[in-house]
Amino acid sequence: MSGAVKKLNKKDLFNMFVRSNFQQASFNYERIHALGFCFDMIPAIKKFYKTDEERRLALKRHLAFFNTTPAVCGPVVGVTAAMEEARSDGEPIDDGSINSLKVGLMGPLAGVGDPLIWGTLRPITAALGASFALNGNILGPLLFFISFNAVRLALKWYGITYGYQAGMGIVKDMASNTLTKLTEGASILGLFVMGVLVTKWTKINVPVVISQTTNQAGVKSTMTVQGILDQLCPGLLALGLTFLMMYLLKKKASPILLIFALFGVGILGYWLGILK
Amino acid sequence: MEIQLYQVILIFVFACIAGMGSVLDEFQTHRPLIACTIIGLILGDIQTGIILGGTLELIALGWMNIGAAQSPDSALASIISAILVIVGHQSIQAGIAIALPVAAAGQVLTVFARTITVFFQHAADRAAEKVNFRLLDFLHMSALVVQALRVAIPALLVTVFMNAGSVQHLLNSIPNVVTGGLNVAGGFIVAVGYAMVLNMMGAKYLMPFFFLGFILASYLNFSLLSFGAIGLIVAFIYTQLNPKYQQHTQTAATGSSETLADDMLED
Repeated sequence: MSGAVKKLNKKDLFNMFVRSNFQQASFNYERIHALGFCFDMIPAIKKFYKTDEERRLALKRHLAFFNTTPAVCGPVVGVTAAMEEARSDGEPIDDGSINSLKVGLMGPLAGVGDPLIWGTLRPITAALGASFALNGNILGPLLFFISFNAVRLALKWYGITYGYQAGMGIVKDMASNTLTKLTEGASILGLFVMGVLVTKWTKINVPVVISQTTNQAGVKSTMTVQGILDQLCPGLLALGLTFLMMYLLKKKASPILLIFALFGVGILGYWLGILK
Repeated sequence: MEIQLYQVILIFVFACIAGMGSVLDEFQTHRPLIACTIIGLILGDIQTGIILGGTLELIALGWMNIGAAQSPDSALASIISAILVIVGHQSIQAGIAIALPVAAAGQVLTVFARTITVFFQHAADRAAEKVNFRLLDFLHMSALVVQALRVAIPALLVTVFMNAGSVQHLLNSIPNVVTGGLNVAGGFIVAVGYAMVLNMMGAKYLMPFFFLGFILASYLNFSLLSFGAIGLIVAFIYTQLNPKYQQHTQTAATGSSETLADDMLED
């Protein structure tokens, strides 16, 4: 160990944090976030390595395939910086172990990040925002923008600083129950709200008349398909439709195709008078 | 209404931001809720922008990019539909009818753009060979220009060549049965988005919580915010009481400050 340990200061970490907000700028089908990750690492590489040869190797090391949920890339960026620091300090860490750490972390992190960000945080903040926006309330877009980004930016900043401080210890933390607990909790919240949305915000009305009766008082009562279904449980058709869509998506139907198919169903149903 | 030159410029600038946002997926400027609102603000009818944004946001709720898979494009769809609805004095339903074909077209364009950026990746390999930090930064950020223009150019063309008359003419040529049908379909195409989210969650054993939300909301007339709070409490109780985490709680009690930081994140 040489004594001259070059540590990243707050400014370097902040620079990397700002850069990580452009993680997907050069998203491409060949290596996804490869250049993005290298872009995040540049302040660290500049700090830790002084010769061209070392810098070249470090840059090339971080132009390898990388992909995770962008909002949770922070811990990987942080821990990789910690490993580069140890390596520049003379510890025997080879390219392979840095790369396999990145690959080893990006999968599990996406496993947490996708349900957390795309399955829970965004649908819930967006649905909340939309519920205000439907009445023309400016609070809707503001609420969505501020709440989503506050959580996302916090995840990025604390992710990077935590990853950098924890170093290799992060692998142990990743295997701990905390992450499973967090993912599970987020999934429960996400699924619960999806259940609410399916019944609350899906409008299907089948006004087909089944029978028309007049009682002794002379009051006409009409029984429609929708009336019967609502007596069973409101939102039953919406539930069925959602499950059908899930099934078709699993069978690799493209979302946009399904949307157009439902448009077709809407037009046909409206024309035949069975949907309103 | 007539669009002024400064409005054309502002629309172009915002379309660039939304286009970059659609690939970055960070600040969410490409989501209907934000994009339609801003276009409304630029065109002097923020109210319509917000309502259209809320309506499209619900439809697009599950549109997400997971891994390398592409969702329909909300950036272009939101911008074009907001312009046409506001300039042509059209209904929100007409906005939905405009947005969806545009979302499909935008999806094709973004796949194209993400293929072009492979070129930037290869140029970056050569820049790394020469240890040119500046060039690497430039390559990474300039790839955004491709995505910005993919949205801004179509938006600019629509703004320049469409006026109230031509929009009305275009939409009036659609037969009544189609607009009525689209209106009806607008009520339930949201199911595709819900299905996308549910499939992605992929935790079958947690589905009872989905049904719990469904049943409660079918019979209770609460606001979405209060349902969200109930969901949060249910999630908290479940993870607290689940025996599989009991071991962990005990070690955490004597654990380091790292676990404390985790717990804070979790809250």
